[in-house]
Amino acid sequence: MGSPVLFLILATIAIASALGMFQSRNAVHAALFLVLNFMTIAVFYVVLNAPFIAMVQVTVYAGAIMVLFLFVIMLLGAERLRGVEGENFWQLGLAVILTGILLLVFMTALILGDGEAVTAVAAQPLDSSPQALGLRLFEAYVFPFEITGLLLLAAMIGVVVLSMGKKKRGSDG
Amino acid sequence: MGEVTIDWYIVLSTILFSIGALGVLLRRNAIIIFMSIELMLNSANLLFVAFANHLNDIDGQVLVFFVITVAAAEVAVGLALIVAIFRTKRSISIDEINLMKG
Repeated sequence: MGSPVLFLILATIAIASALGMFQSRNAVHAALFLVLNFMTIAVFYVVLNAPFIAMVQVTVYAGAIMVLFLFVIMLLGAERLRGVEGENFWQLGLAVILTGILLLVFMTALILGDGEAVTAVAAQPLDSSPQALGLRLFEAYVFPFEITGLLLLAAMIGVVVLSMGKKKRGSDG
Repeated sequence: MGEVTIDWYIVLSTILFSIGALGVLLRRNAIIIFMSIELMLNSANLLFVAFANHLNDIDGQVLVFFVITVAAAEVAVGLALIVAIFRTKRSISIDEINLMKG
C-alpha cells in the first residue's frame, strides 16, 4: 500500500492543508487549501490502486464542487465575515474536548482491536479498471444507482426552486 | 519503519475527519462549515478506497461513487440555501441565522 516515506509526505500535506482550511479567515484561502487537500487524496487513490476514483476526485471534487464553492464565495462577496469571528473560549474548549473524545473513540478499534479481524486477502491484485467498476456497479448496485439518479433530480429541482426568489409575493427578495 | 498497513490509513482518515468535525463545531462562516463537511466525506472516501485495496474487494470503490454523488447534491442544495439566506440577511454567519422565516 505504498512506501512509508511517500505516505508520510502525503499525509503531512493532507493534514496541513486541512488545518489551513480550518484556520484561515478568508473563505477563498480556505477553498484553495481544500483543493490542495483533495489533490493529495487523489494521489492517495492512485497509490491505493484506484486510478479511476482518483480521476473522478480531481474532476468532480477539485474541479466541479470547489469551483461551485469559489463561485458562490465571489458571487456573495463573502470572503470575510463582517466583524470578528467570536473568540468564545468555553465553546473552543468544549469543541476541542469533544473532538478529542471522538478521535479516541475512533482509535479504540486500533488500540483494543486484535487486528486479526480484518486480514488482507493476498490474492491477485485488484482489478480496478473502469470496466470492472462499471460492471460491479450495474450488477450489484442497480437499485442504489437509480436512487442516486432520483436524489440528483430532487437536488436539481430544489436548487431551482430555492434560487427562484420570492418574486411572486412582490418583495424584492 | 515497516510496511504501510491499513492502520496508517485509519489514523490519517480519523485525523482528517476530526479536523472536519472541529471546523463544523467552531467556525461561524457557513461556507467554511460546508467545506468542513466535504473534508469529512473525503476522509470516509479515503478509508473506503484503502479498505477496498486491503480486502481486495472492489465494492469499496463503488461505494465511493455514491458518497461523491451525495456530496455533490448536498453542496448544490446547501450553496443555494446560503445564497437565499444571504439575500435576506446580508450575512452568512450562522450566529445571525436564528429565524425559520426570513
